[in-house]
Amino acid sequence: MDGVLQPLRAYEHWLAQYKRVWRGTIGTSLVNPLLYLAALGVGLGTIVDRSTNAPAGVPYLDFIAPGLLAAAAMQTATTESSWPVMGAIKWTRTYYAMTATPLTERDVLIGHQLFVVTRVLTSSAAYLLIVALFGAVNSWLGLLAIPVAVLLGTAFSMPMAAYAASRERDSSFPPIFRFVIVPMFLFSGTFFPVERMPLLFELLAYATPIWHGVELCRSLTLGTAELLPSLGHVAYLLAWTVGGLLVARRTYRRRLFR
Amino acid sequence: MPEPSVTSGSPLIRARSLTKRFGAFTAVDGVDFSVAKGESFGFLGPNGAGKTSTMRMIGCVSPVSDGELEVLGRDPRTDGPRIRARIGVVPQQDTLDTELTVRENLVIYGRYFGLSRAECGRRADELLDFAQLTERAKDQVEPLSGGMKRRLTIARALINEPDLLLLDEPTTGLDPQARHLLWDRLYRLKQRGVTLVLTTHYMDEAEQLCDRLVVMDHGRIVAEGSPRELIERYSTREVVEIRFEGERPETVALDGLGDRVEELPDRILVYTRDGDATAAGLAERSLPPHATLIRRSTLEDVFLHLTGRTLVD
Repeated sequence: MDGVLQPLRAYEHWLAQYKRVWRGTIGTSLVNPLLYLAALGVGLGTIVDRSTNAPAGVPYLDFIAPGLLAAAAMQTATTESSWPVMGAIKWTRTYYAMTATPLTERDVLIGHQLFVVTRVLTSSAAYLLIVALFGAVNSWLGLLAIPVAVLLGTAFSMPMAAYAASRERDSSFPPIFRFVIVPMFLFSGTFFPVERMPLLFELLAYATPIWHGVELCRSLTLGTAELLPSLGHVAYLLAWTVGGLLVARRTYRRRLFR
Repeated sequence: MPEPSVTSGSPLIRARSLTKRFGAFTAVDGVDFSVAKGESFGFLGPNGAGKTSTMRMIGCVSPVSDGELEVLGRDPRTDGPRIRARIGVVPQQDTLDTELTVRENLVIYGRYFGLSRAECGRRADELLDFAQLTERAKDQVEPLSGGMKRRLTIARALINEPDLLLLDEPTTGLDPQARHLLWDRLYRLKQRGVTLVLTTHYMDEAEQLCDRLVVMDHGRIVAEGSPRELIERYSTREVVEIRFEGERPETVALDGLGDRVEELPDRILVYTRDGDATAAGLAERSLPPHATLIRRSTLEDVFLHLTGRTLVD
């Protein structure tokens, strides 16, 4: 029983803290993707929609709305597992307060990740609701894009937490965003189909978790999802999540109990 | 699983050849000690002596490299969380959540132990009173003074009503008023029967709070006993300090005046059983103008005698 309850006790800490700062997070998690949606989906979309070669044969707004949902989930999850993890080790030392009690490194890790999940879940749900009001969600299957966004989030946040817990300085983070997250945001199917890139880049895109998240979210909001490919995407995202979790548990243990 | 009985006879902490290594560096080098229920036990030593490493092993957050350790009748290797459930920890660096309020810090911490919200609230109010922080209950932690933060950390460590309280340099960096208030609170805990284990490099703190202590240096225990025993064993009852008003003479004939003489750049210390007799003896010798101070020997004399006067950085 404690195995289930203890992570929840660590999670309570993050919630209590979030109560004080939640307003400030709306900007990055919700307003940013909506700005992209307005500028590209509506603005650029008017040009794209006149082309004879529009991606997926749907209005451009409908095409990029699910892509931006996935991209925002990736951004939020990765950010929440970088500086906050290092802060809880080096600056506020919150993790050490937790490990002085019956909580273990597993509880500390999962409790924090539950909070990351909460952040992705709430911002994805709010975003999807607004997108639906724009008329860009074509199917009830689109509701499933929320759990997919969460799974995509953990596929990024678990490895990021593993990495962050092994770092000494926060200067380790900007390169990750500059050279990993931003290229994935731009070239993994969010804005245009990856088949339109040179083969090498196309193959690289297939290897990224974000592409699987984008594809799955898009097929759900467009209502074109098929069971087998969908399960394949889920399995790939699960693999990153579980792999990240296992490595993070080791790096947390090494950091907090040495 | 039945609770191991911590009877009055069996120690709360028992360490045999306890060792902690970080790579090639040995932080704790085979120490033996035990702490009895209700006792106040201190680790005294210069920086880098291995005090904090020892405390972290007792607190079950640092794996034992070698030797044996038993805390509250259990093995930290296998029972860390169960042991931690019964101890309170006051770490050297505060780990308070500065964005939460004083009271929230206590409640959230209590939840880590699996206490109900109602119980956490009840205990938080009691502890705020004990730590004299009731008026600041709704304030954020960040602007509190160092002394208040320390008292809050101690209050927080008591939320699980621990059998054993570990304090790593509890008063380092505090002003005298804050230190005395903290000592007073710790003394009350001691009177209530809480077992205290603390590290310090303040001699007065060790003399005030510890029934028994060990002096550590370079990862080893170099002396053990009550403050009084240590002073008797490693120092003398009294010390006469001689300060010269002008230049200190090259040689000063002090033989026969005390048990031991230590020459420092600015003064000379004469360790003696009878300070007055030594001072009288001094007056008979023709020394340049000087002032003498007769004082009781303190743990500081023991400490410096055992660990040397070289600066440890």
